[in-house]
Amino acid sequence: MIELLPERRSQVVRKSSDTPATDLPCGKASTAGSVSQRACVFCGSRVVLYPISDALHLVHGPIGCAAYTWDIRGSLSSGPELNRNSFSTDLQEMDVIFGGEKKLEAALLELIAHYHPKAAFVYSTCIVGLIGDDVSAICKRVGAKTGIPVLPVHSEGFKGTKKDGYRAACEAVYQLAGTGDIAGISPHSINILGEFNLAGETWILRDYYKRMGIEVVACITGDSRIEDIRRCHGAKLNLVQCSGSMTHLAKMLERDHGIPFQRVSYFGIEDMSAALYEAAKHFSDDPTIMSRAQQLVREEIAAIYPELQRYKQKLVGKKVAIYVGGAFKAFSLIRILRLLGMETAVVGSQTGDTEDYRQLQEISNPGTIIVDDSNPLELAKFCLEKDVDLFIGGVKERPIAYKLGIGFCDHNHERKEPLAGFVGMLNFAKEVYASVASPVWQFAPRRANRGKEAVRA
Amino acid sequence: MNAIPQEEEPRSKNFTSTRNACKLCTPLGACLVFRGVEGCIPFLHGSQGCSTYIRRYLISHFREPMDIASSNFHEESAIFGGSANFQQGTLNVLRQYQPQLIGVATTCLAETIGEDMPRLLQDLREKHGDRVTAPIVTVSTASYRGTHMDGFHAAVKALVEQLGRPGETTGAVNLFPGMVSAADLRLLKEILSDFGLNYTLLPDYSETMDGETWSQYEKLQSGGTPLKAIAATGSAKASIEFGRTLVAGETAGSSLLKKFNVPRHWPGLPIGIRESDAFFQLLSELSGRSMPVKYQRERGRLVDSLIDGHKYIFEKRAIVYGEEDLVIGLASFLCEIGVTPVLCASGGRSRHFEKALREAAPALPGDTLVKEGFDFAEIAELAPSLRPDFFMGSSKGYRTARELKVPLVRVGFPIHDRMGGQRVLHLGYRGAQELYDRIVNALLEVKQETSTVGYAYL
Repeated sequence: MIELLPERRSQVVRKSSDTPATDLPCGKASTAGSVSQRACVFCGSRVVLYPISDALHLVHGPIGCAAYTWDIRGSLSSGPELNRNSFSTDLQEMDVIFGGEKKLEAALLELIAHYHPKAAFVYSTCIVGLIGDDVSAICKRVGAKTGIPVLPVHSEGFKGTKKDGYRAACEAVYQLAGTGDIAGISPHSINILGEFNLAGETWILRDYYKRMGIEVVACITGDSRIEDIRRCHGAKLNLVQCSGSMTHLAKMLERDHGIPFQRVSYFGIEDMSAALYEAAKHFSDDPTIMSRAQQLVREEIAAIYPELQRYKQKLVGKKVAIYVGGAFKAFSLIRILRLLGMETAVVGSQTGDTEDYRQLQEISNPGTIIVDDSNPLELAKFCLEKDVDLFIGGVKERPIAYKLGIGFCDHNHERKEPLAGFVGMLNFAKEVYASVASPVWQFAPRRANRGKEAVRA
Repeated sequence: MNAIPQEEEPRSKNFTSTRNACKLCTPLGACLVFRGVEGCIPFLHGSQGCSTYIRRYLISHFREPMDIASSNFHEESAIFGGSANFQQGTLNVLRQYQPQLIGVATTCLAETIGEDMPRLLQDLREKHGDRVTAPIVTVSTASYRGTHMDGFHAAVKALVEQLGRPGETTGAVNLFPGMVSAADLRLLKEILSDFGLNYTLLPDYSETMDGETWSQYEKLQSGGTPLKAIAATGSAKASIEFGRTLVAGETAGSSLLKKFNVPRHWPGLPIGIRESDAFFQLLSELSGRSMPVKYQRERGRLVDSLIDGHKYIFEKRAIVYGEEDLVIGLASFLCEIGVTPVLCASGGRSRHFEKALREAAPALPGDTLVKEGFDFAEIAELAPSLRPDFFMGSSKGYRTARELKVPLVRVGFPIHDRMGGQRVLHLGYRGAQELYDRIVNALLEVKQETSTVGYAYL
């Protein structure tokens, strides 16, 4: 049997219809030895800033951090692709002894001279602070010499959790906001925050807003350019999709530039439509925006509906486990799955906050397992207990599902299928259907003996 | 879509930074070794991110679970030392996984603050001795020292040093194959058995990292080198470790020689005919048996096929990259079949690469570029002027091959953009046969695809 570690028990709850929602003690560091699925502060910063495609991204540290994050994400660029490279100061033993400042400065000057980026981000990894490098001072000096913004990202891996990395990324990006010319920006304009153009999703959304008559000033950071980000303070509304990563930036823009923000989700018919309508309501001075939004939603749903029904017939009644990075995505997924007639039996996230987990408990069916910062053994235990048919997660969760004969849908940053927008809803249903309905499961031993669960220690 | 803009000069520039590294960090190699030991869970002493990144990287290649625990340093650990986290972490791992062994590898963070691992182990045993139900092996793998390959060799060495036991010399041999595929490991076991040799193959992730679908949940996938077999390495009659660059290295083999007087052999990775011949010859000597007929037949079929296909590939130009010893083996094989390696590159830096390569491949032209400490940006900058007909190496060379519109024959690690990376066979006559067919077919495909005629008969 798999037993929960005592330190972990309070981060797992079961939705009960009799008792009120409980507060999960989330947001804390992962338990040592628990084999958390989380990464680190650096990871948080790197995933948020990675899509800025005309910037130089230099990882200051030994080689691993840069090597493992080289060109793995599904974020697309319509122009430059400098971000698809992995630049590292590749610190060696002598650098650790004598400090890496000179190496960092030389590396920056050479790379900027060679690649002509519009800005540079310098990521600090674990050992940078320990060896005493003053990264901020070097960034300042190189910025002055080269005339481009050179921005330190304080992302030492051990100094907090992935969320602190998001925050460090927001701080770095915020250095650029307010520095561009905002003349000519429409009164009906938005920024999209926390949307990373995975498989071209930003382009789908930009098209929707264009059809509604709304100008997108900057998408931060999907398919973004430094120039867009410099102008983002000229937008009239911020829409925050990945709220875990970008709410901090939205709050800073609200505080200093008076731009209100709304949380949105672009996943699923309901949330996608709601996101468009909310923006239209915000710009109610032009009622044609709302009428265009309504027309758009009608057209888009009509286009996908018949095929969606075909998949739904095959998916009705199937049970699902969800384990994703941010909890906000989980809300949308639960709604999408309901629309497809599927039931969420397990739902968890790496970085949800207390409020997120409260809401998850509220919208979940009784008996649903809700978990914060889980690990492979727990996830396997929950999947077995609930006997799920599908797992929605990332690459690290995939083998857990497959080994147990469970279908899988990748909903993480590495995916190459657009899952946002109306067309994304259809793609999602198609992908889920392709996994759940495949004939291969008949050969998976657990499926062959379904119902006869046992766990070998 | 030139990700790396090309400048006018054809020579690679000397950059201070590493751009698109052709290497990974040391703990990755150690983690893979530990998953090749039966019932062993890898444990990284450092930040949470290290274990997660390495897990994802390995999972994407092997498509198998890869649980790696972490002591998950916080700011206090970095200031006051990670002993408390180490204790909590190891105890939790023992409780959750009931492993037979914990393989602890350090990270750059732990090394930089100067963690004293023997001391940490002692503290753990003093405070919680009754709960420490499995042995713990530690290896120092600072990522600012060497590459994943160094981490791999260091972990194998740590295992035999810390678990190897003296004893009366047996007829068994130790085989330390280095970082090869799961299919390679299965072949090596078959070969050793066919020679009638008892052996310790370390590591052996042929089942743990290329296993079956489960009927029951397996906390740690079954398979791997048994601890008893590692203990027996000290009483073996010989050690074989693949890798011509290990000439002066502090390795498992050299440690066993020093400590237990086990004779050490370090032939090249048996890739291609002559390197495989040398390996089979060594096994004949150690076993007192001649090469089994099965392998004579494999060799015979291989030679026959080389003749059948020789004209399709003669003087074709190849860019080969990867771990130093892998590149040496591949280049040696390419020279045997008439392909010209024009650039042999590795992110490793053993200082023996070129010398060892030229010894293994005497036919290698003098002007072939042999580069250690190289990265993919440098390969991409040199590649156009080298006019390669194909690339050979991991998936990470794909973008450059694509820009030049030449095929990439995927070998080694990682293969993140195809199925079956763990099942690619490189070693022995059988592996050479597989590599040969793939190389010839990749070039035939180019010929066919670029032809205006479209022959279905070549």
